[in-house]
Amino acid sequence: MAAFATLFRKEITRFWKVSFQTVLAPVLTALLYLLIFSHVLEEHVQVYPGVRYTAFLVPGLAMMSLLQNSFANSSSSLIQSKITGNIIFVLLPPLSHFEFYAAYVLASVVRGVMVGFGVFAITWIFVPVPVQSPLWVLSFALLGSGLLGTLGIIAGIWADKFDQLAAFQNFIIIPLTFLSGVFYSIHSLPPFWQEVSHFNPFFYMIDGFRYGFFGVSDVSPRLSFAIVAGCLLALLFATLSLLKRGYKLRH
Amino acid sequence: MQPAIEICGVSKAFGSVRALIDISLDIPEGEFFALLGPNGAGKTTLISILAGLARADAGTLKVMGHDVVTDYRGARRSLGVVPQELVFDPFFTVRETLQFQSGYFGLNRNDDWIDEVMAKLDLTNRAEFNMRALSGGMKRRVLVAQALVHKPPVIILDEPTAGVDVELRQALWQFIRQLNGDGHTIVLTTHYLDEAEALCSRVGMLKQGKLVALDSTHNLLKASTGTHLRLRLAQGTLPESLAPMVAVAPANGEYLLALQDYAQIETVLAEIRRCNVTAAFMELEQPDLEEVFVAIMRKD
Repeated sequence: MAAFATLFRKEITRFWKVSFQTVLAPVLTALLYLLIFSHVLEEHVQVYPGVRYTAFLVPGLAMMSLLQNSFANSSSSLIQSKITGNIIFVLLPPLSHFEFYAAYVLASVVRGVMVGFGVFAITWIFVPVPVQSPLWVLSFALLGSGLLGTLGIIAGIWADKFDQLAAFQNFIIIPLTFLSGVFYSIHSLPPFWQEVSHFNPFFYMIDGFRYGFFGVSDVSPRLSFAIVAGCLLALLFATLSLLKRGYKLRH
Repeated sequence: MQPAIEICGVSKAFGSVRALIDISLDIPEGEFFALLGPNGAGKTTLISILAGLARADAGTLKVMGHDVVTDYRGARRSLGVVPQELVFDPFFTVRETLQFQSGYFGLNRNDDWIDEVMAKLDLTNRAEFNMRALSGGMKRRVLVAQALVHKPPVIILDEPTAGVDVELRQALWQFIRQLNGDGHTIVLTTHYLDEAEALCSRVGMLKQGKLVALDSTHNLLKASTGTHLRLRLAQGTLPESLAPMVAVAPANGEYLLALQDYAQIETVLAEIRRCNVTAAFMELEQPDLEEVFVAIMRKD
């Protein structure tokens, strides 16, 4: 337990030492998105009845930042450690694969939730958004950051160089987040793309998260919860199996 | 008494390259052991398997009786490894690095020992420096300190003095000797064979993944090349009866004679006297580990 706690603390300390880059910058980026999109679209789009577009956008932006930063935390930490060689500092001690997983993923959750909350807090100044069901908000924040933290571990272990990690991030993570309904409701899409969106697990994270704020969503939050939790469990077992085998870590 | 390290029938291949071939080797507790071999012989692979950084294809390995696979926690707790590469985490200070490393071994309140290790390695005044700000030699000291934070009974040093200045090298050896004196088992790989000869009581030599020599340093020195007598004559030529003893062709009027034992010195002197030849210079040369190493590596 002490070994897990140390690795967790080390991961938190690592990103906190560069908090301008890891926490404040993504909050500012999300704020810029909000200001620009609200300026351009506020008058033209209303997604849910009685909900302003800017208000609709806030949970989506918060969730998008949360997801991207959870992924970035575990993946960048692992690839940096692998490339610089200091990964051996955590491979030599008697850490179990479960402790290893838990420490990296929980640190990702902390950073993701911190950034997500930061986005919500800073946008509150411009657009106060109601929180109808904090429990749903928290559930989807934790599940989403856990899922992306896990994906980050997989990508960080799999990638041998920064370029491969960038490919994973830019060709998988970013398209899945952008096309998940951050900026729109999927009901505004043609039927074919609505169907396609249902195969994107990121859609359920954002839709369920948004339900916690407005009490309105494209699909039932219970269904979203079940799908996201199922994906997380599947990835969790896959990652534990990779770590146990020492995939790309112990040769 | 159980050995500190037991290696039994270990083989490892990377694709078609056979890095280790059926290695068996015991290292008793308290020994100062040298693992020697040219680059690519398999030294680092063997150390990596012991440390759990790599996995053997066949065979078993134990550290202080703990199997490195089935009881990896026990094995890793018993082992401190100083890696060959100069690696560090650029986010942290020296003290943070050591505190984290200690915590990974489950030791959270370990500051007294961390302070002691830093003092012994002359790191105290660098404790709050970021790792990036340290010189190569200082980074090497931190790696040694990291290997010692959990007070492991077995310490492996993989080429710890590569690229290290003379002063640090001597300080490092004094410290490692002291650890060995305190009962720690030390395994060392190095390309400085004089270092291995001076420090290690037993030597294992790897060549292309095979263990080609394993004996005490004393026996290896004695058995392999023997003692030599370097001889320069003031006048005359070497008596015919001594010709079989000539080890290498004479150069600059100097002969190098191989001695089976010290009593042969008297034979040489008696022959010289009998043939009315005068010796101008004479020197006894002890074999060194480098010669032994070269001779063993040249064998097929």
